[in-house]
Amino acid sequence: MIMNVDLIFKIAAIGIIVAVLNQVLKHAGREEQAMMTTLVGIIVVLMMVINLISNLFETVKTMFRLY
Amino acid sequence: MEIYQIVAVGIVATVLAILVKNQKPELGIYISLVTGFIIFIFIVAKLQSVIEILNQMANKISIDDIYLSVILKIVGIAYIAEFGAQICKDAGEGVIASKIEFAGKVLIMVMAVPILVSLMDLIINMVP
Repeated sequence: MIMNVDLIFKIAAIGIIVAVLNQVLKHAGREEQAMMTTLVGIIVVLMMVINLISNLFETVKTMFRLY
Repeated sequence: MEIYQIVAVGIVATVLAILVKNQKPELGIYISLVTGFIIFIFIVAKLQSVIEILNQMANKISIDDIYLSVILKIVGIAYIAEFGAQICKDAGEGVIASKIEFAGKVLIMVMAVPILVSLMDLIINMVP
Protein backbone atom coordinates (compact mmCIF):
# COMPACT_ATOMS: atom_id res chain seq x y z
CA MET A 1 0.00 0.00 0.00
CA ILE A 2 2.70 2.46 1.03
CA MET A 3 4.88 1.69 -1.99
CA ASN A 4 2.00 2.50 -4.30
CA VAL A 5 1.22 5.81 -2.66
CA ASP A 6 4.77 6.95 -3.46
CA LEU A 7 3.89 6.38 -7.11
CA ILE A 8 1.26 9.13 -6.96
CA PHE A 9 3.85 11.60 -5.71
CA LYS A 10 6.38 10.40 -8.28
CA ILE A 11 3.93 11.03 -11.13
CA ALA A 12 3.00 14.42 -9.74
CA ALA A 13 6.69 15.33 -9.47
CA ILE A 14 7.34 14.26 -13.06
CA GLY A 15 4.34 16.26 -14.18
CA ILE A 16 5.54 19.41 -12.47
CA ILE A 17 9.12 18.99 -13.71
CA VAL A 18 7.91 18.54 -17.29
CA ALA A 19 5.67 21.59 -16.99
CA VAL A 20 8.50 23.75 -15.64
CA LEU A 21 10.92 22.47 -18.29
CA ASN A 22 8.34 23.31 -20.91
CA GLN A 23 8.04 26.89 -19.75
CA VAL A 24 11.82 27.31 -19.59
CA LEU A 25 12.34 25.87 -23.05
CA LYS A 26 9.50 27.94 -24.50
CA HIS A 27 10.94 31.16 -23.17
CA ALA A 28 14.37 30.08 -24.44
CA GLY A 29 12.80 29.87 -27.86
CA ARG A 30 13.21 26.08 -28.34
CA GLU A 31 9.66 24.96 -29.07
CA GLU A 32 10.65 21.51 -30.37
CA GLN A 33 12.60 20.54 -27.26
CA ALA A 34 9.62 21.64 -25.17
CA MET A 35 7.44 19.24 -27.13
CA MET A 36 10.04 16.49 -26.80
CA THR A 37 10.24 16.79 -23.01
CA THR A 38 6.46 16.55 -22.81
CA LEU A 39 6.50 13.36 -24.86
CA VAL A 40 9.35 11.89 -22.79
CA GLY A 41 7.51 12.71 -19.57
CA ILE A 42 4.34 11.05 -20.79
CA ILE A 43 6.15 7.93 -21.96
CA VAL A 44 8.04 7.52 -18.70
CA VAL A 45 4.83 7.77 -16.67
CA LEU A 46 3.12 5.43 -19.12
CA MET A 47 5.78 2.80 -18.47
CA MET A 48 5.15 3.03 -14.74
CA VAL A 49 1.36 2.95 -15.09
CA ILE A 50 1.24 0.03 -17.50
CA ASN A 51 2.70 -2.36 -14.92
CA LEU A 52 0.05 -1.25 -12.42
CA ILE A 53 -2.76 -1.73 -14.93
CA SER A 54 -1.64 -5.25 -15.85
CA ASN A 55 -1.43 -5.97 -12.14
CA LEU A 56 -4.98 -4.68 -11.65
CA PHE A 57 -6.36 -6.77 -14.49
CA GLU A 58 -4.55 -9.84 -13.18
CA THR A 59 -6.04 -9.33 -9.71
CA VAL A 60 -9.54 -8.91 -11.06
CA LYS A 61 -9.10 -11.93 -13.32
CA THR A 62 -8.09 -14.24 -10.51
CA MET A 63 -10.63 -12.85 -8.08
CA PHE A 64 -13.75 -12.93 -10.25
CA ARG A 65 -12.58 -16.04 -12.13
CA LEU A 66 -12.86 -14.08 -15.38
CA TYR A 67 -10.78 -16.50 -17.46
CA MET B 1 -9.77 1.90 10.32
CA GLU B 2 -8.87 1.71 6.67
CA ILE B 3 -11.44 4.26 5.59
CA TYR B 4 -9.28 7.08 6.95
CA GLN B 5 -6.31 5.98 4.87
CA ILE B 6 -8.43 5.71 1.76
CA VAL B 7 -10.00 9.14 2.17
CA ALA B 8 -6.59 10.67 2.92
CA VAL B 9 -5.03 9.12 -0.20
CA GLY B 10 -8.04 10.21 -2.24
CA ILE B 11 -7.91 13.84 -1.14
CA VAL B 12 -4.16 14.16 -1.55
CA ALA B 13 -4.33 12.57 -5.00
CA THR B 14 -7.18 14.87 -6.04
CA VAL B 15 -5.21 17.94 -5.06
CA LEU B 16 -2.16 16.66 -6.96
CA ALA B 17 -4.28 15.76 -9.97
CA ILE B 18 -5.73 19.25 -10.18
CA LEU B 19 -2.29 20.78 -9.76
CA VAL B 20 -0.83 18.70 -12.57
CA LYS B 21 -3.92 18.93 -14.76
CA ASN B 22 -3.63 22.70 -15.03
CA GLN B 23 -0.08 22.40 -16.34
CA LYS B 24 -0.19 19.09 -18.19
CA PRO B 25 -3.68 17.56 -18.72
CA GLU B 26 -2.18 14.31 -20.00
CA LEU B 27 -0.42 13.54 -16.69
CA GLY B 28 -3.46 14.46 -14.62
CA ILE B 29 -5.29 11.41 -15.94
CA TYR B 30 -2.43 9.17 -14.83
CA ILE B 31 -2.74 10.33 -11.24
CA SER B 32 -6.47 9.59 -11.05
CA LEU B 33 -5.86 6.21 -12.72
CA VAL B 34 -3.16 5.24 -10.21
CA THR B 35 -5.23 6.40 -7.25
CA GLY B 36 -8.20 4.32 -8.39
CA PHE B 37 -5.87 1.36 -8.66
CA ILE B 38 -4.35 1.85 -5.21
CA ILE B 39 -7.73 2.10 -3.49
CA PHE B 40 -8.96 -1.00 -5.30
CA ILE B 41 -5.89 -3.00 -4.34
CA PHE B 42 -6.33 -1.87 -0.77
CA ILE B 43 -9.91 -3.17 -0.69
CA VAL B 44 -9.40 -6.35 -2.70
CA ALA B 45 -8.47 -8.42 0.35
CA LYS B 46 -11.82 -7.68 2.00
CA LEU B 47 -13.68 -8.42 -1.20
CA GLN B 48 -11.84 -11.74 -1.44
CA SER B 49 -13.12 -12.84 1.96
CA VAL B 50 -16.69 -11.89 1.04
CA ILE B 51 -16.45 -14.00 -2.10
CA GLU B 52 -15.10 -16.93 -0.07
CA ILE B 53 -18.07 -16.72 2.28
CA LEU B 54 -20.44 -16.67 -0.69
CA ASN B 55 -18.79 -19.79 -2.05
CA GLN B 56 -19.10 -21.64 1.24
CA MET B 57 -22.79 -20.72 1.47
CA ALA B 58 -23.32 -21.88 -2.11
CA ASN B 59 -21.68 -25.22 -1.35
CA LYS B 60 -23.80 -25.63 1.76
CA ILE B 61 -27.04 -25.09 -0.17
CA SER B 62 -25.45 -27.24 -2.89
CA ILE B 63 -26.66 -25.13 -5.80
CA ASP B 64 -24.27 -25.96 -8.64
CA ASP B 65 -21.29 -23.69 -9.10
CA ILE B 66 -22.28 -22.33 -12.53
CA TYR B 67 -24.71 -19.73 -11.23
CA LEU B 68 -22.37 -18.23 -8.64
CA SER B 69 -19.41 -18.13 -11.04
CA VAL B 70 -21.52 -16.42 -13.69
CA ILE B 71 -22.64 -13.82 -11.15
CA LEU B 72 -19.02 -13.25 -10.11
CA LYS B 73 -17.97 -12.92 -13.74
CA ILE B 74 -20.70 -10.39 -14.40
CA VAL B 75 -19.66 -8.36 -11.37
CA GLY B 76 -16.05 -8.47 -12.58
CA ILE B 77 -16.94 -7.33 -16.09
CA ALA B 78 -19.18 -4.58 -14.71
CA TYR B 79 -16.41 -3.35 -12.45
CA ILE B 80 -13.72 -3.22 -15.13
CA ALA B 81 -16.06 -1.62 -17.68
CA GLU B 82 -17.11 1.01 -15.17
CA PHE B 83 -13.47 1.63 -14.19
CA GLY B 84 -12.47 2.23 -17.80
CA ALA B 85 -15.54 4.27 -18.67
CA GLN B 86 -15.05 6.52 -15.63
CA ILE B 87 -11.41 7.18 -16.51
CA CYS B 88 -12.42 8.14 -20.06
CA LYS B 89 -15.23 10.36 -18.78
CA ASP B 90 -12.80 12.19 -16.47
CA ALA B 91 -10.53 12.79 -19.43
CA GLY B 92 -13.48 14.34 -21.26
CA GLU B 93 -13.84 11.54 -23.80
CA GLY B 94 -17.58 10.89 -23.41
CA VAL B 95 -17.78 8.96 -26.68
CA ILE B 96 -15.15 6.40 -25.73
CA ALA B 97 -16.70 6.03 -22.28
CA SER B 98 -20.14 5.26 -23.70
CA LYS B 99 -18.63 2.73 -26.13
CA ILE B 100 -16.85 0.95 -23.27
CA GLU B 101 -20.08 0.83 -21.29
CA PHE B 102 -21.94 -0.47 -24.33
CA ALA B 103 -19.37 -3.23 -24.81
CA GLY B 104 -19.60 -4.11 -21.12
CA LYS B 105 -23.38 -4.41 -21.34
CA VAL B 106 -23.17 -6.66 -24.38
CA LEU B 107 -20.59 -8.90 -22.70
CA ILE B 108 -22.75 -9.18 -19.60
CA MET B 109 -25.74 -10.03 -21.77
CA VAL B 110 -23.72 -12.78 -23.44
CA MET B 111 -22.75 -14.11 -20.02
CA ALA B 112 -26.36 -14.12 -18.82
CA VAL B 113 -27.84 -15.98 -21.82
CA PRO B 114 -27.18 -19.54 -20.51
CA ILE B 115 -28.96 -18.73 -17.27
CA LEU B 116 -31.92 -17.27 -19.16
CA VAL B 117 -32.12 -20.43 -21.26
CA SER B 118 -32.10 -22.68 -18.21
CA LEU B 119 -34.74 -20.47 -16.59
CA MET B 120 -36.98 -20.78 -19.63
CA ASP B 121 -36.57 -24.57 -19.65
CA LEU B 122 -37.51 -24.64 -15.98
CA ILE B 123 -40.66 -22.61 -16.61
CA ILE B 124 -41.65 -24.66 -19.63
CA ASN B 125 -41.27 -27.90 -17.66
CA MET B 126 -43.39 -26.51 -14.83
CA VAL B 127 -46.34 -25.66 -17.08
CA PRO B 128 -48.22 -29.00 -17.60
